[in-house]
Amino acid sequence: MSDAIAQAPGARTRENYWRTNAAKRRVRRRYAADRRLQYYGLGSIGLAIVLLGILFSSLIFSGYVAFFTTKIGLTIYLDPNVIDKANPGAANYRKMARNAFFTYFPEVTSPMERRQLGKSLSSGAPYVVRNYVIAHPEEIGDLVDIKVPLSDPFDQLSKGVIPREIDALSGDRVALFNVLKRRGVLHVENDKAYVKADVYINPGDVPEGDVEAADYQRMVDEAFRTFYMRAHSRAYEEILSQDVASAVKARVLADPALVGKTIQVNLPLSKHYDNLARTGEAKVLNPRFSSEKDLQWFDSLKKRGLLTTHFTWELFFNADSRFPELAGLSGALTGSFLALLVCFLLSFPIGIATAVYLEEFAPKTRWTDFIEVNINNLAAVPSVVFGLLGLAVFLNVFGLPRSVPLVGGMVLALMTLPTIIVATRAALKAVPPSIREGGYGVGASKHQVMLHHVLPLALPGILTGTIIGLAQALGETAPLLLIGMNAFIPSIENMGLLQPAMALPTQIFSWADSPERGFVSRTSAAILILLSFLIIMNAIAVYLRQRVERKW
Amino acid sequence: MNDQSKAFTMEMDKSGSVASDTVMNPHKVTSRKVSVFYGLKQALFDIDLDIPDRAVMALIGPSGCGKSTFLRCLNRMNDTIPDCRVTGEIKVDGRDVHDPDLDVVELRGRVGMVFQKPNPFPKSIFENIAYGPRIHGLARSKSDLEEIVISSLEKAGLLSEVKDRIHEPGTGLSGGQQQRLCIARAIAVNPELILMDEPCSALDPIATAKVEELIDELKKNYCIVIVTHSMQQAARVSQRTAFFHLGILVEEGSTADIFTNPTDKRTQDYITGRFG
Ligand SMILES: Nc1ncnc2c1ncn2[C@@H]1O[C@H](COP(=O)(O)OP(=O)(O)OP(=O)(O)O)[C@@H](O)[C@H]1O
Ligand SMILES: [Mg+2]
Repeated sequence: MSDAIAQAPGARTRENYWRTNAAKRRVRRRYAADRRLQYYGLGSIGLAIVLLGILFSSLIFSGYVAFFTTKIGLTIYLDPNVIDKANPGAANYRKMARNAFFTYFPEVTSPMERRQLGKSLSSGAPYVVRNYVIAHPEEIGDLVDIKVPLSDPFDQLSKGVIPREIDALSGDRVALFNVLKRRGVLHVENDKAYVKADVYINPGDVPEGDVEAADYQRMVDEAFRTFYMRAHSRAYEEILSQDVASAVKARVLADPALVGKTIQVNLPLSKHYDNLARTGEAKVLNPRFSSEKDLQWFDSLKKRGLLTTHFTWELFFNADSRFPELAGLSGALTGSFLALLVCFLLSFPIGIATAVYLEEFAPKTRWTDFIEVNINNLAAVPSVVFGLLGLAVFLNVFGLPRSVPLVGGMVLALMTLPTIIVATRAALKAVPPSIREGGYGVGASKHQVMLHHVLPLALPGILTGTIIGLAQALGETAPLLLIGMNAFIPSIENMGLLQPAMALPTQIFSWADSPERGFVSRTSAAILILLSFLIIMNAIAVYLRQRVERKW
Repeated sequence: MNDQSKAFTMEMDKSGSVASDTVMNPHKVTSRKVSVFYGLKQALFDIDLDIPDRAVMALIGPSGCGKSTFLRCLNRMNDTIPDCRVTGEIKVDGRDVHDPDLDVVELRGRVGMVFQKPNPFPKSIFENIAYGPRIHGLARSKSDLEEIVISSLEKAGLLSEVKDRIHEPGTGLSGGQQQRLCIARAIAVNPELILMDEPCSALDPIATAKVEELIDELKKNYCIVIVTHSMQQAARVSQRTAFFHLGILVEEGSTADIFTNPTDKRTQDYITGRFG
């Protein structure tokens, strides 16, 4: 009814206007648009959470094993004749550790076997013993129990990260083999698998009727190839055993009349394919172990309860090492700390001074506008560019040493500065003008208003920006790589502002590059540690932000 | 004359010999040909206004007419606004405020200011009041400072209300208490002239009454200039009134004269509520 009125010209009074179908449709559309906007937001938040969840769970899944290490207890006699009390670091701890280990296997005596057995122990074990003795010199002459790590493959085996055996045949090979299976030419007889093939005893391959010298391999190959007319490679050839030819040869020798005829022969399979045909799988020893004996020794240690699992404190307290079971982050943490310290000491005062000047004192001229725009642009410059700048200026022009935290911190400060300046200016702008007026009103001078009223109120915002800038700097890799802050530092004793160092992200970078299995989980663990530092720093920033909001 | 202005007149009569005692006092502030420009825009045109000592001068006028701007000239608060330019001559106690030898910080110490919105520092009540004396070196010792704080609170009529929470944040007070805290803060530096820009616009009638009482009390020792939109307030607290319109000082005289017997048509229109 309202339709009719609405359509009649001139009848659109105020009341019925809101009741027309068009108006109702508009309302419905508006509601739908509101809802859609909400769903988009929910959708993107959901997506972000899912992706974050995947990232974290995969990191935790692959990294948690690095937080545990398998160790073996050794009983070592700290012989005072061998260890010089005055200089306990110099003794041959390698021999001591190995001999203690060998007592678990008295039956292993040959030097060859002992060398193999010794590889079960981490190459870092002697250092563990050495450090123990240096820390406890009063125990020289005693019998002590020291737990030392196993070498990486055994550690990983114990934690179930790597298997004892792996598949001998790749997926491609299995696919080739399955061609035979589908044709139904496989059969098993007396625990051995064969391929039934029709072999044509080609007279052309029997030189002058001499069945002894005939090329039976060729005949078999020809016959076998019929199964693989379309194969691109000749990989299928390895399916057959080496001595297929002799089976045919025996037949023909027994009956020379077969030359020129086609006979059915059972061709034996080579080892892995034979296993595959009979049992459905073909396994070989994991190549990380040198022989089955390794595994027997390992099982024996395990059965005797000599292996224990420990939390990997080494991850935090050891420096880098070539051996993943000993590699730790203390060097990287120290390096990152020193670099961040330099970065903070440079960027915090300079950033605040710049921001205060620009915000409070600078006249509005084209120059200050220009500077302002460029500071905002600097915040968006890729970090690798700052790294190149550091390389060109700090290293090449100023001649500062490579790889040192001082230069790292200076480069990071370049990156952090714009963030701090922008955050500080925002924080200064957010201080209500009434506070400034109050200050001026009682006769405070400009710097008094600034120092006594504006900066204290802006400080939480400034600190938030600074922490976020520092957190960015903590995770920054590229500029540090450029100035070489990825040195290999096996000990933190000599670390300093002017000594080569590495940082957390560069440590992760170099571990991720290492082939040892143990470094894979170490990498994930290091990323987890880096992320937890970032989360802690951001939590502090959030806390500070809430404090500033509570104030007004 | 409508009912409203009749009410003013009656109030005026009750308060008695208002006009007579202001005439006695010498002028605290004299301004000659004061013009103010915000960039290219002129906000005040050649203002000539004399303000007597130990009395309350009310500035009234429609919004945007330049009352705050004039007030802010007196303690050079306009200096803090970029591209604001003041010309003409303003003398406080016979001394030109634009004299290059005059220290602006000292001027603002002598000319206190209370703002429209209460703006205590986000610090304790004590710190709020102690701040001014401290930066001006008015207190020789800690007990000196405490004395100043207590007496300022006392003068602002706030002492009894905040006695036992003097070290709690000033922002925790009610709006009216905050405004009186700001007044206490202004008088703590011992000014000779107090500028108040709509000090009661954010307050309820009870708090307003308290502030007005306080102003009445303060005028015995100080020269007070108050901007207000409430004509009742102007009538109640001031002895002299100046009416501004579009950047021009239209009329100035004793409050009783302005409200009962304005000479200018615009003044009459404004106070009878015909525009503004
Ligand atoms: N910071 C400024 N920049 C530019 N123009 C300004 C500024 N402050 C005030 N003005 C202008 O100056 C004129 C006078 O302003 P002023 O604040 O003195 O008015 P007012 O009489 O106090 O008004 P109200 O009663 O609304 O407070 C106005 O036209 C205003 O637009
Ligand atoms: Mg105003």
